[in-house]
Amino acid sequence: MSHNIYIYIALMAITTYLIRILPLTLIRREIKNRFIRSFLYYVPYVTLAVMTFPAILDATQEPLAAALALCVCIVLAYFGKSLFLVSVLGCVTVFITEWIMHHG
Amino acid sequence: MIGTHKQNFLRGAKDGIPIFLGYFAVALTLGIAAKAAGVTPLQAMLASLTNNTSAGEFIGFTLIAEGGSYLEMILMELIANARYLLMSCALSQKMDPTVPTWQRLLMGHGVTDEIFSISVSVPGKLDPFYTYGAIAVAVPGWTGGTFLGVILGNVLPTSLVSALSVGLFGMFIAAFIPAAKKDKVVAGTVAASFLFSYLMNRLPVFDFLSSGMKTVILTVVIAAAAAILFPRKEETENVA
Repeated sequence: MSHNIYIYIALMAITTYLIRILPLTLIRREIKNRFIRSFLYYVPYVTLAVMTFPAILDATQEPLAAALALCVCIVLAYFGKSLFLVSVLGCVTVFITEWIMHHG
Repeated sequence: MIGTHKQNFLRGAKDGIPIFLGYFAVALTLGIAAKAAGVTPLQAMLASLTNNTSAGEFIGFTLIAEGGSYLEMILMELIANARYLLMSCALSQKMDPTVPTWQRLLMGHGVTDEIFSISVSVPGKLDPFYTYGAIAVAVPGWTGGTFLGVILGNVLPTSLVSALSVGLFGMFIAAFIPAAKKDKVVAGTVAASFLFSYLMNRLPVFDFLSSGMKTVILTVVIAAAAAILFPRKEETENVA
């Protein structure tokens, strides 16, 4: 059976979109339950932390470069630097570290 | 959030710039994967515009290359993107209950790891226009990057792609570290997340789980544990 690529793309898009909008449109009130409120409060931080580590170590050519970038970003973010600066200096750290490792 | 819709839109657009750069870099590699799967530049661009998700599209292109079934495609997308369900729940509480459905339908397309990350970090309630601003800047980076990735293939130097790929993680870090600084429980939760995520991703026992599923399981378990051990007091709800 041969498949149509546009049907594939449509199925991908519809499934993904439904996941994204169902809670947003169905949960209209402030949730009062203390456990659920607390749970949803912690969700973003846990998800973001889980997605960052150890995935960041596998994103670059050299895991050491990524580890250094992780430290640089954490320190900069701790001192309240902007999203842009944290992000860009993370990239710069990787670029310099890998350059030294490959050319030094 | 304080300010008019226009001001918030511009704020979102500004915070969307690093997302644009990161998306562009990641989308280039996605484009390379799409090309390998026999997808044309325009089809890849269409997929990125309508899907707007890295892991989901990577898996999608792999399935297309293998000629997988339509049902398989739906199931894989559900698993790869289940974390958006949690993010969408969190955002539902971040918005004023009066925000109309059409606005929720519009901003829902922006529920990605990165746009979620900045949207959930604004002080107070979220104005959807902030998210629109971020979408307006970031999504062209994603879509355009995919298109160019299919065309250019491996032309870009690896060193540059490698460096840019850290940018998205930098944004995650910029979202959870300031919160961890303010709230010791969040700090402990982040540390636990690093530890358990490391174990789950490095121990071969968990190899049968996709990375998207690992994110979902870790998030549910760790956030639930934190909510049971350290329930929030009402008056500090809106600190984040």
